[in-house]
Amino acid sequence: MSDATHPAAHKSPARSLHQLDARTKRRNASERRFKVMGIVAIGIGLAFLVLLLSTIVINGSTAFQQTFIKVPVYLDPAKLDKSGNRDPDDLKKATTFTYAPLVQNGLLEVVQKAGFGSELSKSDMKNLISASAASQVRDRVLADPSLIGKTVDFEIFASSRVDGYLKGRVHRDEIALDKNISVAQLDLVDSLRKDGALHKGFNWTFIFGADASDSRAEQAGIGIAMLGSFYMMLVVLVLALPIGVAASIYLEEFAKKNRFTDLIEVNISNLAAVPSIVFGILGLAAFIQFAHLPQSAPLVGGLVLTLMTLPTIIISTRAALKAVPPSIRDAALGVGASKMQSVFHHVLPLAMPGILTGTIIGLAQALGETAPLLLIGMVGYVATNTPEGFWDGFVSPNSAMPAQIYEWAKRADPAFYERAWGGIIILLIFLLGMNLIAIILRRKFERRW
Amino acid sequence: MNDMTLTERAVNATDCKITARNVQVYYGETHAIKDVDVDILDKTVTAFIGPSGCGKSTFLRCLNRMNDTIDICRVKGEILLDGEDIYDKRVDPVQLRAKVGMVFQKPNPFPKSIYDNVAYGPKIHGLTRNRAELDEIVEASLRKAALWGEVKDRLQAPGTGLSGGQQQRLCIARAIATSPEVLLMDEPCSALDPIATAQVEELIDELRTNFSVVIVTHSMQQAARVSQKTAFFHLGNLVEYDETDQIFTNPTDPRTESYITGRIG
Amino acid sequence: MPVFWLAGIVVALSIAGFAMGRARAFQSSGGDARVLHSLPFYAGALVAMSACLPALIVLVLLMVLGSSPLIISIATIGAALIGIALSFPRISRDFRARNAVEAGVRGLLIAAASIAILTTIGIVLSLIFNTVEFFKLYPFTEFFFGTEWAPSFGGGSTLGILPLIWGTLYISLIALLVAVPVGLFAAVYLSEYASRPVRSVIKPLLEVLAGIPTIVYGLFALLTVGPFLVSIFGPNGPTAAISENGWMHAGTAVMTAGLVMGIMLIPFVSSLSDDIINAVPQSLRDGSYGIGATKSETIKQVILPAALPGIVGAVLLAASRAIGETMIVVLGAGAAARLSLNPFEAMTTVTAKIVSQLTGDADFSSPEALVAFALAMTLFVITLCLNVFALWIVRKYREQYE
Repeated sequence: MSDATHPAAHKSPARSLHQLDARTKRRNASERRFKVMGIVAIGIGLAFLVLLLSTIVINGSTAFQQTFIKVPVYLDPAKLDKSGNRDPDDLKKATTFTYAPLVQNGLLEVVQKAGFGSELSKSDMKNLISASAASQVRDRVLADPSLIGKTVDFEIFASSRVDGYLKGRVHRDEIALDKNISVAQLDLVDSLRKDGALHKGFNWTFIFGADASDSRAEQAGIGIAMLGSFYMMLVVLVLALPIGVAASIYLEEFAKKNRFTDLIEVNISNLAAVPSIVFGILGLAAFIQFAHLPQSAPLVGGLVLTLMTLPTIIISTRAALKAVPPSIRDAALGVGASKMQSVFHHVLPLAMPGILTGTIIGLAQALGETAPLLLIGMVGYVATNTPEGFWDGFVSPNSAMPAQIYEWAKRADPAFYERAWGGIIILLIFLLGMNLIAIILRRKFERRW
Repeated sequence: MNDMTLTERAVNATDCKITARNVQVYYGETHAIKDVDVDILDKTVTAFIGPSGCGKSTFLRCLNRMNDTIDICRVKGEILLDGEDIYDKRVDPVQLRAKVGMVFQKPNPFPKSIYDNVAYGPKIHGLTRNRAELDEIVEASLRKAALWGEVKDRLQAPGTGLSGGQQQRLCIARAIATSPEVLLMDEPCSALDPIATAQVEELIDELRTNFSVVIVTHSMQQAARVSQKTAFFHLGNLVEYDETDQIFTNPTDPRTESYITGRIG
Repeated sequence: MPVFWLAGIVVALSIAGFAMGRARAFQSSGGDARVLHSLPFYAGALVAMSACLPALIVLVLLMVLGSSPLIISIATIGAALIGIALSFPRISRDFRARNAVEAGVRGLLIAAASIAILTTIGIVLSLIFNTVEFFKLYPFTEFFFGTEWAPSFGGGSTLGILPLIWGTLYISLIALLVAVPVGLFAAVYLSEYASRPVRSVIKPLLEVLAGIPTIVYGLFALLTVGPFLVSIFGPNGPTAAISENGWMHAGTAVMTAGLVMGIMLIPFVSSLSDDIINAVPQSLRDGSYGIGATKSETIKQVILPAALPGIVGAVLLAASRAIGETMIVVLGAGAAARLSLNPFEAMTTVTAKIVSQLTGDADFSSPEALVAFALAMTLFVITLCLNVFALWIVRKYREQYE
C-alpha cells in the first residue's frame, strides 16, 4: 500500500514560496475578476436605487409648489345675496356660474394693471386661472358670509399650463399646437410675475385636498386618498393583528404535528407567494359579488389587504414567539400556570415588540399595494368627497394613495405625472416612517437571551 | 494497540521543516498565542496536546495561514517553511496551502463524487496534464489514505454517502492529492468511533514516510500512540516540547505533569 | 349604521354577562374566592364569551346571506341571550370555568389559524365558479389554444390566452436575466467577501429596493425607463442607423417592463440566495481553503454547487413573482396582445389583461369580463405550481444541512 508512489510528488520541483508561479498569478487574476464582478453587481443594485430615488425626488418635488395668482374679487352683494339677509341656504343658491364673472372682473383688473388687456380675449384670460377658481371663491364665501360686499384678495390657482411654464414643463417653442396656452398669454404671465401678482407658493391643497377632474390638474390633491388609505390600514390593523397573533400562537405553542397543521403551514407559505392580483379577484368575487359589500369601499380594500398581509404577520410573529426561550414557559408551568396562562401571561408579552415590528412592516407592505385595489373599484373614480363621519369612512367610496397615483399616471395631461411623483414622495415618507418605527422598536426592545 | 512499536521507532529525520519564532496571535483584544517557539521536523509526526482553549488549534491554523480567513485574527512573529517566511508579503496563501495541507476535526467531504473530492486539489493547482495523470493521482492518494480498496468500485458515488471513518480518510486523501510537504490535522479522530480512529491512526503513521505531519489532539493516548514529538500548550503558551516518550514519562515542567496525570485539563 | 349599533348591543350584553358570571361565582363561594376551582374572572369571561361569540357568528353569517335588518337584529340579540342563558346556570363552586374558557380560547386560536385555509378555499372557489361560467360562454379549446386576443365589448371577441402567456413569459425572462446575475453576484459578494460593516450597510440599502411599492416601479417604467429606451432604440436614437426606423416606437414595451421588474427582483434574489449561501456549512469552505483553493474557486466549485438546489428554488420563486407582477406591466408593457420576438415591441400579460377586463365597462356576466377569472385561474395554477415546487426544493435543501 505504502509503496504506491505519488506521481505528482516527483514532478513538481521544489519552488520558493516567495515567488509566485504563473499559474498562481493566473488564479489570482481570476480571483480579482470574480470579486470585481461582485462589486459591479452591488454597484448596479445601488445605482438603480439612487436613480430611482433621485427620479422620484426630482420629478415629484415640484408637486409641492404651485403657482398662484393674487386676484382682488369684489363680492357683489347684488349678485350673491339678493335677499340681503345672509341666510346660508339662500347663499348656496348662488352657483359657481354666479361667481365666475366676479372672478373674471378681478382678473381683468390685474391684467390691466400689468399693462395688457387689449391683446387678450376674455377666454384667453380665463385660461390663465384654474377652472376651480369660482368654486374656490364660493367655498370661502359660504364659510364666511361676512365677506360679501368687500373686495377680497384671493390666491387663485393658476392653470396647469401656467404652472407648468413656471416649473419648466411647458416651453414657449413647444406650444404651437396647444389650444390651452399661447405665446401672448405667456408674455402676460411673465409680466404678472414681475408685478408680484403671480407667484409660486407651497401647495397645501396637494397634500390635503381632494382629487380633481381631468381638466383641473392644478387643483388635484391626495388628501382624500390618504384618508382612504388610513381607513384601510385601520381595518388591516384591527383584523390582521389579532388574527395573525392568534394563528401564530396556535401554530407555535399548541398545535401538534399532524396533517391539519401541516395543511395550515403549507397554506400560509403559499399564500405569501400568491400574486396580489389574485387577492383582488378574491375580494371582487367574495366580498362584492357574494357578500354584497359596497364597491370602492375602504372596508373591502382593508379586508383584501388583511388576507394578503396575514401570512407576513404570521411568519414574523412565529419567529418572535420562537425567540422566547423555553425556560420561560417551563418556569410558568412550574408554578402551576396552565399552558394558556403561560402563553398569555409570559410568552406573549415578551414577544410583543417582535410582533409589533412584524405587524408594522406588514402594514407598510399593505399600504403600498395597488393591484388588488384596482379590481375592487378603487380607481377610475375621482375621490372628491370627505366621508361624513368616522363610520361612513369605511363604507363610502374612496380611493387610496397608491390607487390615486395610478389614476394620475393614466391621465393624459402631463401635469398629473408631477402629481403622481409627488404622491409617491408622500407614500414613501409614510413607508419610511413606518419602517423607522419598526427599527426603533426592534432596537429598543431587542432582547438577547 | 501497538504503542510499543511506535514509540520505540527512532526519530530518524532530523532536518527541520517548520521553524516558528516568537509567534503571537491575537483575536481582537484577546492574546491567544504567546511567544511560541517551535521546530517541526520533516518526516515526523508532531502532536500538539493541551486542555481545550489552550491555543493548540489556533497555532496549527497559523502554519498554513488558515487564520487569514478570520477577519479579527492577527499573527505576529516568524514562521519559516524550509527557511522561507510564510507570512512574507510575497507569499500567496493559496500556494502555501498547496504545500501545507489540512485535515479538519469533522469530516467535510464536498457534496461531489469520491473521485471529484480527491481530484479537486490537483485540478485547481493544475498538477496534471491529462485525465490519465489525474486518475493516477486519485488512485495513489486513495491508496495512501487506505481507502482505495473500499471505494474503487464506486468512485462516482457521492463522498457524503461514506461512513464517518471513510469520510475522514477521504478528506485525508483529498489533502494529500496535492502532494503537500506538511499535513496539518486538527483533531482528526474526535468525530470518529474507536475502530475508525484506529484505522486513521495507522494511516497517520504510514503518512510519516512521505510527509511531515502535525496533529492536534485532545487525547493523550493518541499522542503517545502516533507521534514522535509532542508539544504541550497551556493558556496560549508552549509549555514543553520534546520527544513524545520523554514528555509522557519524564516531563520537566510541573504543568505538563499535572496535565498528563489528569490534574488539569 | 345599524350593524355598529347591533355590535354595540352585543358588547353590552357580554359585559353584563361578565359581571353576572363573576358575581355568581363569588356568591357560590360564600364570600371566600379561595374555595372556587377557578378565579371568578374566568366565570365572568365564560358567560361573556358565550354571549358574544355565537351572536357575532350569527351576525356575520346572516349579513353575508343578505337577510333583512330586522331578522339579523332579532337573531343576533337572541343568540347572545341564549348564550348567557345556557352558560350562566353552570357557574358553581366546583365548576371548572378556567378550563371551559381555555377550551373556548383554543377554539378561537384554531379558527384564526384556519383562516389561511379558508382564504385558499375562497380564492379557489371564486376562481372556479366564474371560470366555469366563462367556459359556458366561450369554448375551452379556443381559450387555451387561441393565438389571437381581440376582445370587443360589443360581443364576438376572440379570447386566446397564448399571446398573453407569451408576453408574460417574455417579460419574466428579461426580468430574470437582469435580476438573477446581479442578485446572485451581489449575494456572493456580500456573504463571502464583504466585511461585516460593509455588509451591514449594503444589505439594508439593497433591501430598500424590495420595500418600494410596485406602483412606484410602474411609474418609473412608464415615465423614465420607457422614454429613455426610446431615445436609444427609437427612430431618433443611435440604433436607427442600423435598422431603418429604429426598433422601438413607444415607451411601453417588453424591454421596459422586463428591465424595471428585474430591478425590483434584485433584492429578492439576493437576499434569498444570501440565506441559502450562508446555510452552506463553514466546514466545506475550510476544507477547500485548506487544500489551497482561492475564494472564487471555493465559491464556484464548492459553495455554489452545494447551494445549487436552494438557488434554483430562489430563482423559481423570483419567476413566480415576475409572472404575478401586475403594476409594472400594466403601466410599462403596453396593451397590445402580440406574439412577437422583438423585445422593444409592446406586449401584454395575463395580469395586465385581468385588470383591463375587470375595470372596463363590460357587463359582469359577459365573456369579456368573465375571461379575467379564467386568466386569473391560469395565473394562480402556474404560480402555485412554481411556489409549491420551489418551496419544496428550498425546504429539502435546508434539511440537508440541518
